[in-house]
Amino acid sequence: MKLGLVLHELHRSENDLAHELFQASERHRVDHEIYHLGRDLAKWSQQHVREIAGIGKSYGQDLDPEPEGEFPLAKRVREKGSELLGRHSAPGLLLLRDLRGIYMKASGVSADWEMLAQAAQGVKHTDLLEVTERCHPETLRQVRWANAMLKVESTQILIS
Amino acid sequence: MTRKDRIAEPWGTRTPYAAGEEWPVRVDTHLEEGLEAGEVDRWVQTASILHSNGDALDIAVKDDRIVGVRGRAVDRVNHGRLGPKDLYGWQANSSPDRLTKPLIRKNGKLVETDWDTAMDRVVGRTKDLLEEQGASAIGFYTTGQLFAEEYYTLGLVAHGGLGTNHVDGNTRLCTATAAAALKESFASDGQPGSYTDIDHADVIALYGHNMAETQTVLWMRVLDRLAGPNPPKIICVDPRLTPVARAATVHLAPRPGTNVALMNGLLHEIIGNGWVDREYIEAHAVGFSELEKRVKDYPPTVVSEICDVPEELIREAASVIGHAERLLSTVLQGFYQSNQATAAAVQVNNVNIIRGMLGRPGCGILQMNGQPTAQNTRECGADGDFPAFRHWSNDAHVKDLAKVWNVDPMAIPHQSPPTHVMQMMRYVEDGSIRMLWVSGTNPAVSLPELQRVRSILSQDRLFLVVQDIFLSETAQLADVVLPAATWGEKTGTFTNVDRTVHLSEKAVDPPEDAKPDLDIFLDYARRLDLRDKDGEPLVKWHDPESAFEAWKECTRGRPCDYTGMTYDKLRGGSGIQWPCNEENPDGTAHICKDGKFWSDPEYCESYGRDLVTGAPLEPAEYKAMNPDGKAISRQPTTCRRMSYPAGTFRCSSSPAGPSTISTPGPRRAGRRSFRPQHRRCGWRCRRPTPPCTGSARVTSPGSPRRGDRWKRR
Repeated sequence: MKLGLVLHELHRSENDLAHELFQASERHRVDHEIYHLGRDLAKWSQQHVREIAGIGKSYGQDLDPEPEGEFPLAKRVREKGSELLGRHSAPGLLLLRDLRGIYMKASGVSADWEMLAQAAQGVKHTDLLEVTERCHPETLRQVRWANAMLKVESTQILIS
Repeated sequence: MTRKDRIAEPWGTRTPYAAGEEWPVRVDTHLEEGLEAGEVDRWVQTASILHSNGDALDIAVKDDRIVGVRGRAVDRVNHGRLGPKDLYGWQANSSPDRLTKPLIRKNGKLVETDWDTAMDRVVGRTKDLLEEQGASAIGFYTTGQLFAEEYYTLGLVAHGGLGTNHVDGNTRLCTATAAAALKESFASDGQPGSYTDIDHADVIALYGHNMAETQTVLWMRVLDRLAGPNPPKIICVDPRLTPVARAATVHLAPRPGTNVALMNGLLHEIIGNGWVDREYIEAHAVGFSELEKRVKDYPPTVVSEICDVPEELIREAASVIGHAERLLSTVLQGFYQSNQATAAAVQVNNVNIIRGMLGRPGCGILQMNGQPTAQNTRECGADGDFPAFRHWSNDAHVKDLAKVWNVDPMAIPHQSPPTHVMQMMRYVEDGSIRMLWVSGTNPAVSLPELQRVRSILSQDRLFLVVQDIFLSETAQLADVVLPAATWGEKTGTFTNVDRTVHLSEKAVDPPEDAKPDLDIFLDYARRLDLRDKDGEPLVKWHDPESAFEAWKECTRGRPCDYTGMTYDKLRGGSGIQWPCNEENPDGTAHICKDGKFWSDPEYCESYGRDLVTGAPLEPAEYKAMNPDGKAISRQPTTCRRMSYPAGTFRCSSSPAGPSTISTPGPRRAGRRSFRPQHRRCGWRCRRPTPPCTGSARVTSPGSPRRGDRWKRR
């Protein structure tokens, strides 16, 4: 059985997604929607990390239940940078790159959850299945959010 | 004629009536000191433009001056009554502070000029920007206080003529939640209630709605029912002891920020006790099982602790609502401008949906508006919506609109929802919007993050046009200031909360060179020489009535169908409720009749949004969820909490998520820190009005701020 492997990988990629969301949010502090939603959605991924660590024990995985934290100083620097560049249009391209990154990473995480759910169903592990049923819909919402923000932002940034 | 001091007694004398009876007439009048009704030269028909209730009145004119007002006895909205604002507010029209001449900035100062010079500067800048960057460089920010004809013209000029997606109204700050909640539950804007429901209801539930102060005439109607035989029971949700709370059978005073939890608790009781209309739900709604599952976690014991409301009161209120035979629910700012605004308002819709209390006398929902013509901003395509509730993400709707306007569908930007004002401000900040035309609103005072907004609007590189009746704080930052006419000085129509359309006729001339807003927009289109796809002038109307006729065509077959109305029909009698067409020539009191909704995937205005992320639902998702056009029992995911200082609130005992300050409604960025008072959202007439808002007010969370390091000019 290779479920432990998938959980291990998912634990890493959820941490990574949370990190990406936090960083993007800080880099675009002057954009309300990116800043606040980015932080809220990162917390979803952090919660997933805890869930994965919890269920991981049953599959021989010793995963850290504590999501990777942020460095307050680096956060402050990124936020300040966003404010300093607020009157320029160049960071718009960075925003598109960040949203694209979130979209790609969240899509990867979603694919992992999909695999896990399929396997859990196959071996009839209801505990694991429940975890995927709690977490996967939120990942899909993260994907849709990134996609929706790309749709809203890309026109103005690319044509002006 | 009333001789009472109506400031001291805002609701006047009682005229009690019983359930099902007609509300008695009581005509309120106020004339200038010493003037008698017989001395008035003429009475000119209109309705109040100082709030959303739509009180019909006649303006008294003597020697070409407005000298007073009188309520219209024949009108369905107020049966002759007027509120304090209606009675006294007109005096501001003759304020010496009115703008009377166009102004342009010369050597850093605003100086008087003529219309040609001012408009040439606006048109010249527009043409330059269109050439240099395209329409994405131009944005329009309007109000909730113009007329339908004016919004429709603005929408056409901006969307169809210039081709910019940047059009919004200050209704975004006000009661955007009302529209958002209706779109979530019924997939289209359009009020599923009527003021006459007050005449029939046996339970009236007011959620965050201090009707006594915000819609004084509507409250007179409730007071008259309460004074009559078989009065209705009143449920009041408001943290304060308002006049509504004092009149309530049950008053629930939740801790600010906990509205969703409270609604979950009420729904928990209503569903748990089986006070639901299963047959109605089965036939006419989707999403009930998810709702049932969601509210399971919110028994009164839990909710009582979250909201600080006694358990027995929650049970009692739920029982009153659960046993209602004709339930009217109304919602205002206490819900709209609080934590999880849309989610909370949607839960109120859910109460009426699952109880099957829609579309018949006494059974309805009033998701209230704030400003007098906010409904028209929404209908006519002057905010984040397309004209006549067309759906921006439905290609067939865009094609249809292009046909009405006789332009190529690609000429109308529809790649994403129209840009909301906070996003526009961000684009002005990053320099990608370079011209902003503000009409009838005062963003330098009414937007959140004032220091930042003022700094943004003060940039030299921004070309700011302000069209207003006073030299507002925003106008003082403008490059061109256009003096506008207001109510009583121009003709047009507007629509109130319960879909009643009123004609407002010109009574007197505007001061000096001030012009009606419609004339200003028409002049702009003419000078720009905007053309349709056959090379004919894009805007095919020239005055209010011809604009109204064009607007009617645009509404044909849509929910807000105006095709059965004419100016003549609106003259003399009562206001008329849309939809008004061949089948309903006298208008329609109740929509959502027989469980029929405007939510068919091909017809609806919106597929809804994720209530936390704000992401719009994709067409396929919506079609899978609601293929047959039923009402939608949407629910938020989890209850979120406001943060409280340590010690005042313990989180540990309840299952809700971490305590966070956030407003997960759609378009949250624009929603999260709006000023709660109406006068703050840029009332054109800066009269000393009482705060127009309902109740629960929460302090705005801190949001990113920037120093004012770019000097004002």
